[in-house]
Amino acid sequence: MNPTIRDGFPGWGPTGFPESTAYGAGFLTTDNAGWRERDPAIDLGRCIGCSRCYLYCPDGAVRMEGRRPEIDLRFCKGCGICVRICPKDAIAMEARQ
Amino acid sequence: MTRDLSEQEFFLGHKACAGCGGSLAVRIALKALGERTVAVLPAGCMSAVGFNFPQLCFGNNAIISTFAGTASMMTGVLAGLRARGEEDFTVVGFAGDGGTADIGIQALSGAIDRNDDVIYICYDNEAYMNTGTQKSSLTPFGASTTTTPAGRVIRGNTSEKKDMFGIVAAHGIPYAATASVGYLDDYIRKVRTAASIRGTKYIHVLAPCPTGWGVGTDATVDYARRAVDCGLWPLAEFRDGEFSLSRDMTDPGALPEYVRSQRRFRHLTDADVEHIALARDRRWEQIRRDWTVPGA
Repeated sequence: MNPTIRDGFPGWGPTGFPESTAYGAGFLTTDNAGWRERDPAIDLGRCIGCSRCYLYCPDGAVRMEGRRPEIDLRFCKGCGICVRICPKDAIAMEARQ
Repeated sequence: MTRDLSEQEFFLGHKACAGCGGSLAVRIALKALGERTVAVLPAGCMSAVGFNFPQLCFGNNAIISTFAGTASMMTGVLAGLRARGEEDFTVVGFAGDGGTADIGIQALSGAIDRNDDVIYICYDNEAYMNTGTQKSSLTPFGASTTTTPAGRVIRGNTSEKKDMFGIVAAHGIPYAATASVGYLDDYIRKVRTAASIRGTKYIHVLAPCPTGWGVGTDATVDYARRAVDCGLWPLAEFRDGEFSLSRDMTDPGALPEYVRSQRRFRHLTDADVEHIALARDRRWEQIRRDWTVPGA
């Protein structure tokens, strides 16, 4: 579908419309650390850098620094998916600090 | 092993329940499609958890549509971007099972009929989870929901899960696929395939809901895999008028355990579980007869 906009229509045309809402996308969010009852802990000695924990985290709380996963505890809700997906049992949930 | 996904997170800080399968489906699709993607989300879990003003958890452009109008708003976004002279962008929609198979099916059918160049992704958690688990037409047989409660006489949902993949394919859509958040490599491949095809694309991704299914928050991915492995959720593609199976059923005997370990099914009798297994077997007979099956 390709719309046609008539010439000479005052105030109309693609430039006549507002560009966006009030804020840019991703402008602001609050963290979810308060939801968590347990903290995930990675045993980097056992980690093989497969990145499954990064891939399967619903909250995008795991970041890969090269082949080393790092958990951003601000956004981890403590669901434990990373613990079960890890092929080397390198992640455990521990009592919250 | 990061599958050439964008390193950027486009769905961060959202308020979905811990272990949410739907949010995983949205996050991974956006990482596969990249920043120049405009997402349309109707009423449902993902709009409820993604837009809590003034928080905007999407890192790409995203907009809420009416419940029934996901696909028609996608058509509008596409037309608007073209009118602005934009090129090299993707319009994607993320609607739940209720927003797709019940409330938004007319608008989706219209978009496929016009063959608008958009990707429609249905994240299927098998009930209206955002409002507290009401039955949709994609709720499976036997599941207890607040509108199909398990009682002494009627044991949960009495209807079968609607074949949304078949309905969409019957339009003659250029590309449709089923996927699961338990098999993300397969899902990512299908999202990429969809992005490479012009015209309307539909991906139906199974996204378990720990809250509504009554399973552990850490079990989402496990159940998403088991549904595929025991044959209740066949992974497939429809392209150029042909169905092809992506992955064969590997563990048919695991069906009773898959069903019985979920709170929503715990009231079912042995005969009910047998009914679910027979329905699956009939489905697979048809799949093996009519579809391209790997290794067959």
